[in-house]
Amino acid sequence: MTIRGKAHIVGAYEHPARRLPDSTLPRIHAEVITGALADAGLMLSDVDGFFCDSTVGFGPISMVEYLGLHVGYVDSTEIGGSSYVAHVGHAATAIAEGKCSIALVSLAGIATLGGGGRPGRAFPEGPFENIWGLTGPVSNYAIAARRHMYEFGTTSAQLAEIKVAASLHAQHNPNALLQDPVTVEEVLDSPMIADPLHRFDCCVVTDGGGAVVVARSEVARDLARPSVKVLGHGEAVKHTDNGRVDLTYSGAVWSGARAFAEAGIGPADVDYASIYDSFTITVLECIEDLGFCEKGKGGTFVLDGALVAPGGRLPFNTDGGGLCNNHPGNRGGMTKIIEAVRQLRGETHPAVQVPDCALAIAHGTGGSLSTRMGSATLVLGRDDA
Amino acid sequence: MSEPLPTPVPEVTPETAAFWSATADGTLLLPRCERCDTVIWYPRSFCPACGSLETTWFPASGLGSVYSFTIIRRGAAPYDRSVPYIVAYVELAEGPRVLTNVVECEPDEVEVGMAVEVVFHDTGEGPALYRFRPLRR
Repeated sequence: MTIRGKAHIVGAYEHPARRLPDSTLPRIHAEVITGALADAGLMLSDVDGFFCDSTVGFGPISMVEYLGLHVGYVDSTEIGGSSYVAHVGHAATAIAEGKCSIALVSLAGIATLGGGGRPGRAFPEGPFENIWGLTGPVSNYAIAARRHMYEFGTTSAQLAEIKVAASLHAQHNPNALLQDPVTVEEVLDSPMIADPLHRFDCCVVTDGGGAVVVARSEVARDLARPSVKVLGHGEAVKHTDNGRVDLTYSGAVWSGARAFAEAGIGPADVDYASIYDSFTITVLECIEDLGFCEKGKGGTFVLDGALVAPGGRLPFNTDGGGLCNNHPGNRGGMTKIIEAVRQLRGETHPAVQVPDCALAIAHGTGGSLSTRMGSATLVLGRDDA
Repeated sequence: MSEPLPTPVPEVTPETAAFWSATADGTLLLPRCERCDTVIWYPRSFCPACGSLETTWFPASGLGSVYSFTIIRRGAAPYDRSVPYIVAYVELAEGPRVLTNVVECEPDEVEVGMAVEVVFHDTGEGPALYRFRPLRR
C-alpha cells in the first residue's frame, strides 16, 4: 500500500499572531481550524477525521468535543514538534484506506505553557539526565553541535549562514517575529547561550498555531483552490541506543529515506525544503541526513547563499522559519507544512517564491536532536507533479 | 564568582534503587544483561539489546573520556548561580555514553577526548551524584 497521490492538502492556515497572552489552546485551535477550512472552502461539518497533539486535556477527545465535531478517525501521535508532519502522513494513510475523507490536522501553542514533556509524566531516563543542569533543548542541541564540529570540522560561522538565510526570508514576512536581516558576524557576536550555540542560533519562542486540511482526491478535485498532493511520508524515532548514542546524525536518515522512497523521487528533485529549524544545527544535520549532501559536508553546503530563495541550491524556510518567523508552543512542524504548501501553490512573497516549484519536502524534528527524538518527513507535490 | 554545582536529589525507583544506593558508597554500578552480557544504559531492568528481563549489577571502572560537551552560560535553578559549568556526555570504559557534569576543570580547558574519572558528590539525602573530573595520574 502506498499513499502516493491519494490525499491532498486542500487548506492551510497559519495564525498571524505571535503573542496571544489572553487566549487558550482550544481557542487557538478553533481559530486556525476555522482559517484552514475557509481556505479550503469546506465546513466544520464536512470533517470526519481529526489529528492533534496531546497538549490539551485528553487530546482529540477534548478538542473534538470543544469543536463540536463528529468524526470517525482520530490520532494524537506525540513526537514533539514533528508530530504534525507525521499527522499529515497518518491522515493520508487513513484516507487511502477509506477510513476518512476530510481530516483536520491542528496545532495550538502558548509558549509559557511549555511544549515538551509535561510534568507528572514518567520519563524513565529522567533521573539520570535531569540532575546535571541541562537548560532545556538548547544544551542538548549544543552538545550535538559540539560533536559535529569535532568530527567534521563544522564551524560556528557555517551554522550562522543558516540563520542569515532565514533572516533574509523573514524580512518579506510581515507576520515574522524577527524581520531584520542579520549577518554572520552578528550571529557570532550574539551572546553565547550554551557553547557552541549563540542566541541567534536559537529559534524564536512564540504563541500561535496553524492547521491544514487533508482530503481525498475526489474532494480536492471539486474545490476551487489549488491543492497539494501528498506523495510520500516517513517517520522514525531515534534514541540513545542503549547508551551508544551517536550525536552526529538525526532520525532524518530514516524518515527522509522512507518518504523519498514512497514518493519515488530523490533529494536532487526537490525544489523547496521546509526543514525544522529549532536551532541552526538542527538544519545542518538534517540537510545531511535527508541526503542533500554527504554526511559531514553540511557546513560547506550551506555557504554562498545555498539556502536563500529563490536562487539558492536548496531554498529553505522562506517564511523565516522557526529561527525568525514563528515557533508556536515550541513545536515547529506545522509551520513547515504550511510554508511548503504556499510554495507549491505559488503563494509566497514574490521575493522568495521558488519559480516553477513542483516538489517540496516538509521535515520535522521533535524532542532532542540526535539523542531522543521523533522525525517525520513529507514529500509534497504540486497538483500536476 | 560562581558557586559550586548544586546536588539535586535524583528520583529513585524500584528499578534503580541499587544503583543509587551504591553511589552513596562511592561505587558506580552498571547493569549488565544476564543473557547477552550487554552493558545497559540508562539503568533499567530490561536489556534493550536482546529483550531479556534478567539483569545484574557490576561495578564500573569509573574511567572514561569526554564524547561531547557544552558550557552552560545561562542556567536555571538550582544551577543558575553556578554558571559557567560543563554538561557532557562521558563515554565510559565499559561502552555507554552517559550524561554528566565535568568538574574540577575550567570551562575553557574541557575538550572532546579528554580522559576523566568519576567523583561522587553527596546529595545529603542518600544518593550521591556521579560526576567526572580530568584524570590525574
